[in-house]
Amino acid sequence: MNKTVLLGTLAASALLAGFASAGTLDDVKARGELICGVNTGLTGFGAPDANGNYQGFDVAVCKAVAAAVLGDPNKVKYVPTTGETRFTALASGEVDMLARNSTWTFSRDNDLKLDFVAVNYYDGQGFMVHKDLGVSSAKELDGATICIQTGTTTELNLADFFKANNIGYTPVTVADDSEAQRQYLAGACDSFTTDASGLAAVRATMPDAENHIILPEIISKEPLGPVVRHGDNNWGDVVRWSYYALVAAEEKGITQANIEEVAASTQDPEVKRILGLEGDLGAMMGLDKEWAKRAIAASGNYGEIFAATIGEGTSIGLARGLNALYTQGGLQYAPPFR
Amino acid sequence: MQKSATFVRKEMLQAQEPPTSERGAIKWVRENLFSSALNSVLTIVGLVAAFLVIKAALPWLLHSVWNANSLGECRDIIAARYGEGATGACWAVVRERWHQYLFGFYPQELFWRPTMAFGLMFVALAPVLYYGNQRVNTIMTGVVSILTILALIGISLAFPQTIGGVEAGALAVLVAALVLGGLTAVAWLAPKRLLYFTLLYPAVGFYLLWGGSIWGPIGTLAGFAVLVVVYNLTKGQLGVVVGTGAGVVAAAIWWLAIQSHVTGALHSVLPLGTAHVDSDEFGGFLLAFVIGVTAIAASLPMGILLALGRRSDMPLIKALSVGFIEFIRGVPLITMLFTASLLLQYFLPPRSNFDLILRVIILVTFFSAAYIAEVIRGGLAALPRGQYEAADALGLDYWQAQRLIVMPQALKISIPGIVSSFIGLFKDTTLVALVGLHDPLQGVTKVVRAAIEWKGIYWEPYIFVGLIFFACCFSMSRYSMYLERKLKRDHR
Amino acid sequence: MAYVASAPKEPFRLSMLVYDTRYRSYTIQIVVLFLFLAFLAWLLNNTIENLAAKDKDINFSFLFQRAGYDIDQQLIPYTNDSTHGRALFVGLFNTLIVAFFGCILATIIGVFAGVLRLSGNWVVARLMTLYVETFRNIPLLLWIILAFVIFSETAPAPRDFRVTDEMVAAGEAPSAHKILFDSIAFTNRGMNIPRPYLDHPLGSINVLDVPINLSGLAVLALIAIGMWVNGRLLGHAKAVQEETGIRPVTWWKSLVVLFVPVIVLLFALGLHWEIPELKGFNFQGGINVAHSFTALLIAISLYTGAFIAEAVRAGILAISRGQTEAAFALGLRPGRTMRLVILPQALRVIIPPLISQYLNLTKNTTLGMAISYLDLKGTLGGITLNQTGRELECMLLMMAIYLVLSLIIASGMNVFNTAMKLKER
Repeated sequence: MNKTVLLGTLAASALLAGFASAGTLDDVKARGELICGVNTGLTGFGAPDANGNYQGFDVAVCKAVAAAVLGDPNKVKYVPTTGETRFTALASGEVDMLARNSTWTFSRDNDLKLDFVAVNYYDGQGFMVHKDLGVSSAKELDGATICIQTGTTTELNLADFFKANNIGYTPVTVADDSEAQRQYLAGACDSFTTDASGLAAVRATMPDAENHIILPEIISKEPLGPVVRHGDNNWGDVVRWSYYALVAAEEKGITQANIEEVAASTQDPEVKRILGLEGDLGAMMGLDKEWAKRAIAASGNYGEIFAATIGEGTSIGLARGLNALYTQGGLQYAPPFR
Repeated sequence: MQKSATFVRKEMLQAQEPPTSERGAIKWVRENLFSSALNSVLTIVGLVAAFLVIKAALPWLLHSVWNANSLGECRDIIAARYGEGATGACWAVVRERWHQYLFGFYPQELFWRPTMAFGLMFVALAPVLYYGNQRVNTIMTGVVSILTILALIGISLAFPQTIGGVEAGALAVLVAALVLGGLTAVAWLAPKRLLYFTLLYPAVGFYLLWGGSIWGPIGTLAGFAVLVVVYNLTKGQLGVVVGTGAGVVAAAIWWLAIQSHVTGALHSVLPLGTAHVDSDEFGGFLLAFVIGVTAIAASLPMGILLALGRRSDMPLIKALSVGFIEFIRGVPLITMLFTASLLLQYFLPPRSNFDLILRVIILVTFFSAAYIAEVIRGGLAALPRGQYEAADALGLDYWQAQRLIVMPQALKISIPGIVSSFIGLFKDTTLVALVGLHDPLQGVTKVVRAAIEWKGIYWEPYIFVGLIFFACCFSMSRYSMYLERKLKRDHR
Repeated sequence: MAYVASAPKEPFRLSMLVYDTRYRSYTIQIVVLFLFLAFLAWLLNNTIENLAAKDKDINFSFLFQRAGYDIDQQLIPYTNDSTHGRALFVGLFNTLIVAFFGCILATIIGVFAGVLRLSGNWVVARLMTLYVETFRNIPLLLWIILAFVIFSETAPAPRDFRVTDEMVAAGEAPSAHKILFDSIAFTNRGMNIPRPYLDHPLGSINVLDVPINLSGLAVLALIAIGMWVNGRLLGHAKAVQEETGIRPVTWWKSLVVLFVPVIVLLFALGLHWEIPELKGFNFQGGINVAHSFTALLIAISLYTGAFIAEAVRAGILAISRGQTEAAFALGLRPGRTMRLVILPQALRVIIPPLISQYLNLTKNTTLGMAISYLDLKGTLGGITLNQTGRELECMLLMMAIYLVLSLIIASGMNVFNTAMKLKER
């Protein structure tokens, strides 16, 4: 645990550096492990449990990709990233992909040289207030003190919203959502604003949840989704379609439990193509035939993942809303597999 | 002759009891607490302050809950036991997650390895601190051995594991008992030999913590052997400086170009090794100690060179050393950590990529090297000028004088300062949470709070971690104060 | 036998560069210089290559773009329409103000704790030991968080101050009051203190887009003049005392010189105080001091104060016991002995560690990011970095600023140190 480590590893890394390679997909296959940048800890979306196993809605995307590429959903190394380090970690190649509630914006897509490959959660920024405050709309918050999580798009949205409505506020920046929860409960701010999903998670764990309401205004669009480096289109396709396989599976009624049964009995040509029984979609992006089957089997289809991690059955209790399938009035829509 | 019968007392009178106000508790109170108006005010203010703190915290501490599975359950238990609206501490979170605070996500069946590495660290320190002292070395090694074995037994009871039908914990305890017993015997029989273990410890500690193929650390050690051999071969002709340079170059060639082939070949022939643990599984106090200890140990040689450079007669060397030291000391540690996480990849060759913990360790090593250099410079300055002159008079060259006369004394004087630096660094390891590592204070706590059952818990993790930090730092600072006193006595 | 006056002049040979100590140092330095330059070139080359690979450049123009975020504590005017560069300065001033008040507060706390730790009062000495040991041995980060939490958890909410019509009718008082003659509102969101307000201000001029308040400048100038005159007055008094042995009475003159002109000026400008009032959700008016500032200031002062206390204690213990005894023999009381005899001498031992503590304190202000205090790290190294993705530029700029800050503090304190050094004759 001293110089030896440094030198030894430097030596190893210098050697690794020698092998230049073509793309992330080959890197991942050669490594036998997918490196996935995740949140340092966000309830429901990505956090390690008591045994150190990462669980959550975003984490499930990592597992699906690992299953599709490597055949094993557990061959993932999770790298916790903060709001500041996430894009750098991706850009520098420290992680292969980010699956950590990051908002897809124009400047991130273009200026930061990132590619947002899909949207796995349509979110929007909302406000939570105490019932006693007697406020029923965010526009009545003139002069209020508002707790806001720093290092995200939310502080820009907040400034824009209050400017557009020509009202004033005092920002209280907080480091993370548990700090925000504490401050809000202590009354240090009148309102807490973050993504509506985060508000729901915070509200779910309050001792007196019934006394807090989430205001109807959603002041921004927050399409959250997995991110890859710009310029590696093949890898971007792998992540994108691994995700869409989950969505398509929900649409077609393929679940973790019945996937083998469906594979044996299905007559639907698209299901056949997805499950690799017909055609060879996997080969087009450098994977084998059963890639999508494994991705779905990893932690179930989109709906199952949603229900198991953040859905109404869990204590976070998020409704599907915008994230329902397009057939049910939502926005989740997988392009055709053909 | 008639004696004048004046009164002569033959025996001493029994001393009178002092007046009540001048004895016992009253005297002590008067002298120590109420000797003047100002003192009385201070006493009363102090007592009131202490009372207020206790009054605020005591009920909360008394209403502690240890057995619960979630914060909500804690709240229910407290409400049921002490009435609605009562508040209390929910220590159940510590009971359930203590191992994450200590080891992070280190695999549970391997907890014995960091524990062992931690214990062995003290054994390795013993000969450094008390070189050749048989009694102290034996006692220290023995006590550490017993404590380590007790800790191992505790861990194996907490996380019972069986490998191939054998109780893994018992096996670990057995191995530890053998190794530690052997070391204690060495300390008893040949205390000076224990220094070899200290030299070996970095490799042992590394192997215990990270595991993997046994050939890796052996190969790295072989690099040092190459260094020594080349140095010995060339110093006769080329002198110490060039000889060292040649040794370093040879060792670097070994490490960078040859080692991996050799160890790879050896591993394929004889695959010895244990389970490999990735450094991203490190967390909690394990991480704090790994970063702190590695950085301090690795920064020692660098700090010595920088301190010598700063006192050098060569203007360029001096300017570079001063520039490095003042630059590092002038920027906050946080910026160094962010450099490790955000900038290092710009400065290193494209596609070279090693994990964040290692990058953090490297930057923290630079950081502490600047501070250690200043500590050692203080030690060098404290040496009387006569020592240097005596070395010159004996005809020793620069490096001989440093090695044989100056450094042994200067380093000894610097030990308290080095310990203080370590305490500072150890506390500062809490900052690594800001770059996404799982330090005990914020990193692990954030993970714990992200679990739905512990969301909303606030004070308990902080108090638990704060107490451990206090215990570690307080004992170290007491030790360094003791050393300081002892060194002062030695010098008189 | 020939007497050789000096060593024979050897012709210069190349091998002398290695073996001759006269030349060897040049060889070593040249090699080191070469290696150092090579290292720099390597770093530069890597950076250029990496930037090219990521299709990025080094470009500071983002500093002139709209920032778009709000900062709750601003010493210079700033809105979300201001530039990132201006946000940088807002952050820098926030860093400086914490560092400035922190150094003062930490010194006061440290000197008191250090002296009291050596006091004969058992309770006080133990309490001070407890204070020093707890603060020194627990990470600063924890103290900052704790201070912040204590403020926001224990102080009353603004709505507790509210007096409603029903309460007036029922004759009830609100559960919380403003303190200090109803002027300071201490809530769980921050502290609103009265703001001085002028009826006829002198106006302000803009220097580099930063408004400079002329009224404030005038007050400062008057104070400076008053202090200068007062200094002359005291100097004169001292001269008279040395000549005649009688010191003329000066206190009322000093008071007049120091205070009357300022008071007259303030009166002429029409000074009154703007008292914070509860309006809507919050207290409005006055100066709002956020808890993140107060908590950071207090935690950092207490933490550094513990280290300064140790330095002060060591300094006092370094002064030989004879000095105390001599002072007692002269009839000085313990307080004066400490103030007039011991501390001035101990100061020389105390100042060097004090300098490094001031530097540490300044650097430690970055930990304010744990409670989201928007200092330089929070603005430039936090939100700006995050919004623009310019990590290389932001981090380099931030390091340079901190380095300059540290160098300024260190050199300033070193001047002071030299001035305080024992002048040996």
